[in-house]
Amino acid sequence: MNLHAIRAIYVKEMMRFFRTLAQSFISPVLSTSLYFVVFGTAIGSRIQEVDGVSYGAFIVPGLIMLSVMTQAISNASFAIFFPKFTGTIYEVLTAPVNFLEIVVGYAGAAATKALFIGVVILFTAAFFVELQIQHPLAMIAFLVLTCTSFSLFGFIIGIWAKNFEQLQLIPLLIVTPLVFLGGSFYSISMLPPVWQTISMFNPVVYLVSGFRWSFYGLSDVPVGISLVAIAGFTTLCIAVVYWIFRTGWRIRD
Amino acid sequence: MTAIVDVTDLRKVYDGGFEALKGVTLQIREGEILALLGPNGAGKTTLISTICGITRATSGRVSVGGYDNVTEFRKARSLIGLVPQEIALEPFETVWNTVSLTRGLYGRGRDDAYLEKVLRQLSLWDKKDARTMELSGGMKRRVLIAKALSHAPRVLFLDEPTAGVDVDLRRDMWNIVADLKADGVTIILTTHYIEEAEAIADRVAVIRKGEILLVEEKDTLMRRMAQKELRIELQAPLSTLPESVARDNLRLVEDGSALVYTYDTTGERTGITRLLASLSEAGIALKDLSTTQSSLEDIFVGLVKEDAA
Repeated sequence: MNLHAIRAIYVKEMMRFFRTLAQSFISPVLSTSLYFVVFGTAIGSRIQEVDGVSYGAFIVPGLIMLSVMTQAISNASFAIFFPKFTGTIYEVLTAPVNFLEIVVGYAGAAATKALFIGVVILFTAAFFVELQIQHPLAMIAFLVLTCTSFSLFGFIIGIWAKNFEQLQLIPLLIVTPLVFLGGSFYSISMLPPVWQTISMFNPVVYLVSGFRWSFYGLSDVPVGISLVAIAGFTTLCIAVVYWIFRTGWRIRD
Repeated sequence: MTAIVDVTDLRKVYDGGFEALKGVTLQIREGEILALLGPNGAGKTTLISTICGITRATSGRVSVGGYDNVTEFRKARSLIGLVPQEIALEPFETVWNTVSLTRGLYGRGRDDAYLEKVLRQLSLWDKKDARTMELSGGMKRRVLIAKALSHAPRVLFLDEPTAGVDVDLRRDMWNIVADLKADGVTIILTTHYIEEAEAIADRVAVIRKGEILLVEEKDTLMRRMAQKELRIELQAPLSTLPESVARDNLRLVEDGSALVYTYDTTGERTGITRLLASLSEAGIALKDLSTTQSSLEDIFVGLVKEDAA
């Protein structure tokens, strides 16, 4: 195992993050505050409690998931796309590193950044609503697994993308709608029966549901199924990344 | 000298069916400077990319320092440094950070003293905290070399390192290459500037359409294939050559005011004595004599044309 290489990639990526720390820090705090002002206070005051939890507190896990997923994808996809774009990918391809070391470096840094933002949002939310975390270990597990799996997913998008337009295509057209329709701002049980059935095909539902369960003990689907779903998604992403490096798809001639 | 890079029957066929390498076999000796010459699209960069691991070979074998570059890729690649043809640097990184990154990728721990030595050797030390986007083109090329040297490789591939740089910087690069050779680094250089190969290479390999046409000691090649020209300035211009003087390898130039005689330096007889005697017998008065030797460029052009014919 080339630990120096993992560290080199990880440190380089984190330094990029720290170079724009104000932007990385202020942006999630500001958008979370706006969500609470709009949804929590203006609209939330007109919405009844959801299973005994105030609407403002109910949306916190969904808000964290929303930011964590989009940040993990965005950071990881850009991290591997940019070297392809500038041509500096050559030094990773010629270095004595295997696919695992490259992925741990890039996706690990993206997951760390997403985790950082998730924690920032959690603390920001604590200023607006009264939070309770019934299952802290499960919360950490869901958060870490989501950061990891969506960083891997972002890594795959970054390798697939041939230009900046493609880089934004999947996050904007697929991920964001899935997250918004995945129960971030509502309980699936609020939907008409037909939409409840359709929602079960949205993988994000399982993640938000499991994560919300770790806060309030409330879930749209059994927490075991949520864990299997996130573990299955992570495994699928690892398998795809392994295949990419084995075949050299879009990175090696 | 033993071969530090051993390429055997290497073939590369791209997805579209283009065969970039057609069974290349090449041994690169430890400590030498090998110039890889070839026209555009000859396969120079594909060959380097395949040895370094950027491109996958369709068939054939490459070993570096005795290690197979596929099955023992870690050991093989750790011996190699690559300076790519294009300037590829992350614009917002500082010189120090980007060089440190490459060292880390090659599995080497932090060694500030070594990196300082490399940066000083390349006159980059005072730019260590500058972002790469703030540097001139020549400085960026030096940064690429510094990155390639950051893990103290035993084999350095320079893919057209002086393309687009001015004459002074090119000569600086040659000095850097000479210093590296003195340190025992094996250097493989592709270049469009034949004078570059002529100035610094120990051996020359010529590649064309994915095939190696020859690999030979530069001096031997130049001796073997070199032709010289004897230029004879005349006192009075001639309209035609007298029959007693005319030869296949003699031509009248510059409106008859000079003669150019081409001869082979390796031949038993050059024919110069007989030519001068003939000129004297024909009453042609001479003003001046000079000789010129064909360059590596002439040899290269000749080789490529000869093969294409």
